[in-house]
Amino acid sequence: MMVKEPQISLLGTRALLFEAPGETSLTTQWRIWSLAREVDTWPEVSEAVPGVNNLLVSFSVPPRSLAPLETRLHSAWDAATPMILQGRTIELPVVYGGEGGPHMADVVAHTGLCPHEIAEIHASPLYPVYAIGSHPGYCYLGGMDARIATPRRKVPVLKLPGGAVSIGGSQTGVSASAGPSGWNTIGTTSTTFFDASRDPPVLLQPGDSIRFRIVEVVR
Amino acid sequence: MMEILSKSALTTIQDRGRFGALKWGVGTAGAMDGLALACGNLLLGNSEDAAAIEIQVFPFEARFDCEAEIALTGATCEASIDGKVILPWSSIQAKAGSVLRLGLTRSARWRGSRAYVCVAGGIDVPIVLGSRSTQLRGAIGGLEGRALQQGDRLPFGQPNGARRASDGTSIVPPSFALPLIVDGLPAARVLPAAEYHCFKPESQSDLWLKPWKVTPQSDRYGYRLSGSVLEPVAPMELRSHGIVPGVIQVPHGGQPIVQMCDAQPSGGYPKIGTVIEADLWRLGQAPIGSSIRFIETDWDGALHALDEVSRWLSEVARCLDLAKARKASS
Repeated sequence: MMVKEPQISLLGTRALLFEAPGETSLTTQWRIWSLAREVDTWPEVSEAVPGVNNLLVSFSVPPRSLAPLETRLHSAWDAATPMILQGRTIELPVVYGGEGGPHMADVVAHTGLCPHEIAEIHASPLYPVYAIGSHPGYCYLGGMDARIATPRRKVPVLKLPGGAVSIGGSQTGVSASAGPSGWNTIGTTSTTFFDASRDPPVLLQPGDSIRFRIVEVVR
Repeated sequence: MMEILSKSALTTIQDRGRFGALKWGVGTAGAMDGLALACGNLLLGNSEDAAAIEIQVFPFEARFDCEAEIALTGATCEASIDGKVILPWSSIQAKAGSVLRLGLTRSARWRGSRAYVCVAGGIDVPIVLGSRSTQLRGAIGGLEGRALQQGDRLPFGQPNGARRASDGTSIVPPSFALPLIVDGLPAARVLPAAEYHCFKPESQSDLWLKPWKVTPQSDRYGYRLSGSVLEPVAPMELRSHGIVPGVIQVPHGGQPIVQMCDAQPSGGYPKIGTVIEADLWRLGQAPIGSSIRFIETDWDGALHALDEVSRWLSEVARCLDLAKARKASS
């Protein structure tokens, strides 16, 4: 849902959600990152976590009164200038199709393209990491070519392995660990995205970019 | 050390939860009944961040290698140590070689669904990203990031000798001390969330007036409830955003899912409300097949509920200190 003004809503007493107005865009996301950096320093805030076009603000201690915090959030948003993070570009080698891409056939059926074309289109853009979430080390990526957009699966797959490269609607992403997913898996990569013993534990952070490299398209 | 003797599935090591790692996609995990864990730690004089064993499939059996002071809180079950019945919500001394057994939960008026075995000094597994809680997705925390298995051996931390309850001291369970019941059903207070007003008026009132059944597809990740169909005024497509335990999402089918401790830290389904932090333990103890009710609250009401819980915990701590002093002077 698109809103005209920033919206603030409660997630119980643990957090609130700040939603930026307008369409999803990298420019808005740059302002979200800027807002996150500012809000993260506030004493009553435990963590400010960017989502796609929005910011989760979790409380260290819930404030007695919400109004002053809301006012500060609105002014911080108005003052937030786009923060263009100089992230790294990580190249991910992907084997498209075959055993590691069990739903390639569904994307072929939906788009009318052949697996080679799908892999080429998927591996062309430089994908900015918009946000981290869903599970440890998972990244929400922006900028997938609309030609390969494919609706989420009607029945989610219960256990998708880590490294699964998949398409859900107009979004794409790589699962960082085994788990359920409703997205269409078109390939697989062997890169490790999350390791709790590293600091930071995640390979990618907002501001970084991903480029997929075609290792092979299995027929 | 203690050794797990039973094949109790879904038994995990949990503490208060992992806070501060959402930015890496790591949720809070933590005890489903945080109040039961807090009481166990109070009984043993543990620090409030000590970890315990959360048990949700019974029977559970474990043997102690060494003398240990333990406390049993949470769901009321048939519990014994070396065959001798032990009272829930109390501490007891286990001898070296003692076998602790937790049988089925009792079908009393309030039976609960999760029991906590706490030990003096806490279960001492490595702290990962700020917590000892087991997080199954990503396999971190607890023992090797997984559920406990038969044969696992768990080390204990250093007990805090300064303030321990005397053997046999017990606490009035919070289900009795802080009851919240509507039409005979356990209830939890809910703060309306962003999309509350995007649901039809009759769906909004159903949320508050109808019972919600906890279906068998409910676990530490989330409670899938069944009841009236909650219908939005118009279909909604949201962008991925951060969520926290307690958030009640309504997917297209109209049956709500309450995100629980192992919930992923982001989501995209419409949110009708959030079970307040102060009442999450009530939900954490709702057995599968039981029904619950939701009560509408506001920010002040939710804060008041949090205050009530912390006041009650302070009172419990004070009573335990008194009991100890009395015992020492007698």
